[in-house]
Amino acid sequence: MIKKKLGSMFLAGSLMMTMLFSACSSGGTTTTTSTPAPASTEPETVAETTVDEAPAVETPASGTIKVGVVNNPPSESGYREANVKDMEAVFSADNGYELKTAYSLKNDEQLQAAQGFITEGVDYLLISAAETTGWDDVLKKAQEAGIKVYLFDRMIDVDESLYEAAVVSDMSKEGETAVQWLLDQNLDEYNVIHIQGAMGSDAQIGRTGALDAQFESGKMKKVVQQTATWDEAEAKKIVESVINSKEDFNVIYAENDGMAKGAVAALDEAGITHGVDGKVIVMGFDCNKWALRELKAGAWNYDGQCSPFQAQIISDLIQGKTTASSKKIINEEKGFDAKTLTDADIETYGLGE
Amino acid sequence: MKDNFKKIFKGGLGQLTIPIIAICLLVIFNLIRDPAFFSIALSHNNEGNLVLSGNLISIINGASELAILAMGMTLVTAACGGQDISVGAAAAIAGSAFVKILKSSPNINGVTVIAAFLFACVVAMIFGSFNGTLVSVFKIQPMIATLILYTCGRSIAYWINGGATPTVDSPIINAIGSFIPGIPIPTPILIVVLVAIVFKLVFHFTSLELFTQSVGINGSAARLNGINSTFIKLLSFIILGVCVAIAGTIGVSRLGLINHETLLLDVEMDTILAVAIGGNNLGGGKFKISGSIIGAYVIQMLTITLYAMKVSSTDVKAYKAVVIILLVVIGSPVIKAKFSKLMNNIKNRKPAVAKGAE
Repeated sequence: MIKKKLGSMFLAGSLMMTMLFSACSSGGTTTTTSTPAPASTEPETVAETTVDEAPAVETPASGTIKVGVVNNPPSESGYREANVKDMEAVFSADNGYELKTAYSLKNDEQLQAAQGFITEGVDYLLISAAETTGWDDVLKKAQEAGIKVYLFDRMIDVDESLYEAAVVSDMSKEGETAVQWLLDQNLDEYNVIHIQGAMGSDAQIGRTGALDAQFESGKMKKVVQQTATWDEAEAKKIVESVINSKEDFNVIYAENDGMAKGAVAALDEAGITHGVDGKVIVMGFDCNKWALRELKAGAWNYDGQCSPFQAQIISDLIQGKTTASSKKIINEEKGFDAKTLTDADIETYGLGE
Repeated sequence: MKDNFKKIFKGGLGQLTIPIIAICLLVIFNLIRDPAFFSIALSHNNEGNLVLSGNLISIINGASELAILAMGMTLVTAACGGQDISVGAAAAIAGSAFVKILKSSPNINGVTVIAAFLFACVVAMIFGSFNGTLVSVFKIQPMIATLILYTCGRSIAYWINGGATPTVDSPIINAIGSFIPGIPIPTPILIVVLVAIVFKLVFHFTSLELFTQSVGINGSAARLNGINSTFIKLLSFIILGVCVAIAGTIGVSRLGLINHETLLLDVEMDTILAVAIGGNNLGGGKFKISGSIIGAYVIQMLTITLYAMKVSSTDVKAYKAVVIILLVVIGSPVIKAKFSKLMNNIKNRKPAVAKGAE
């Protein structure tokens, strides 16, 4: 009797867990933050009922430009935190904007928020969608209301005519930039420990692709390729196991800063030198401020970034300072070399504190 | 030698039979696969200290948090007949609290580290008593009661520090997480030994072990005998809270960094498995902390073995699952009873009562 009860409890628990873990983000780690969605609110029905109430386009009363931002919550990752801060800084009252924000990891909540902004009558709608689908109706409504839509960070699966422009990151370019940097080091041989992020996430796919191409061409040797699912401690274990197996390696390519730190901890314990003038080249991603400081200290060699700063580009487009040459604007990706990194770079581009 | 085997087959080691056999099998398997697997080397690390290294050290060191959590979890399991699935999230909270204090002090010295650790303990004990109250006072099934903290714990951890991965840099933190200068054994291993000794002493000098078992076996009977079963259940969660704080502190100190999303991620499952492999009855009652500790090392050895075999870490969990299913099934009361019956038939002795069966 008790066993049966326990079994069903466990089943319920594990079901819940799979649901929680299936949420995935682009920038780095995932978060389970989110308030439960209101029961049984179908995005479509909400959209339809509110359309009747939607007022005609309101012209901005004063000189301020009303901007509605639908984004993922800052707690999602360091990337998102920087992204949200950047939006708040650029679309500030000082710059002549009135900013309204809505944060959710759930697509239906985001759709409702967008719908709300349309009803309120914003001038511009900026969206980083949780999911690529389900946005047609809302964007059509925005278009009917004369609201211009910009996508940032993430693409949406809709017709191009429904938005002005999309400012996005090219994840594979980020990996290519990093691998090109590695090739430029002209090492005699490349024996690489490749620590991957959560498999299937955009960041992992982008950061893995370019390196995989090198493994296939034979230019670089894959000592080990393992996913640590963004987990620092796991990354350390992976490197430890390579050290214990006494295999030779001279490059650690970790797909985020935390895992690079874990890898370095394993090197330190084994007495293997790393960084500038060290035996092992250490590469990380995300450009957290603390990671850039490691770079500055010469303990790491390279840190790549998927830039979270799209607000200025969109602001320039809105104010007509620049015009988009195509609907898809690829945000410039940064990569920092320990030898050329400056303190100013850390302040400007570093995430977190 | 032969006598020892006889003893094991007769169930002389009691509930420790399965975990010990498991660990022996893993050791033999590794020795056949690679005789140098367990070689230990003494070398200088980058700080110039002499330190021990090798797979064996990696295993024992890496399982530290798991072993500490497993000890606390054993107590909760025994008293409440259910498990706390929020230990990973709670450890993230405790770790965040630990980092919060460290970051708010201008310079990190011994006093601030101790203060930070005590603060983390208090925070973890508060969350532990929250779980404990739901279970003991409101009689909610432990797995459901702790599901609440499991779901929201990592968000709470995020609120404490804000940033995604705050870092702390200090020689003291480094000493807790890796090596104390002059001692070649990783500090987390020493902490596990210390915690185990404390448990041993507590059990020796108090009636906690007996009380916990009686509450787990039959709460009403225990109450009629004057044991406050509500308090014992609550206490088990608070003790687990302390274990969680220690594990969280070690986890943070290893890398001097807290990632609220990945710190001790999925550790709750491994912890429960460690308790199960240790031969403890997951329905409560009799327990052996030593079994859970061995269980933790079995899990870690399995992981490191799979890594050493270059099994993709995405596949590791699947392989682990297969082995663990085998262990748990072999250790189940049904199989144990069948096995001992079989042995008795062979040896033609009078049937013995299978231990641990309810």
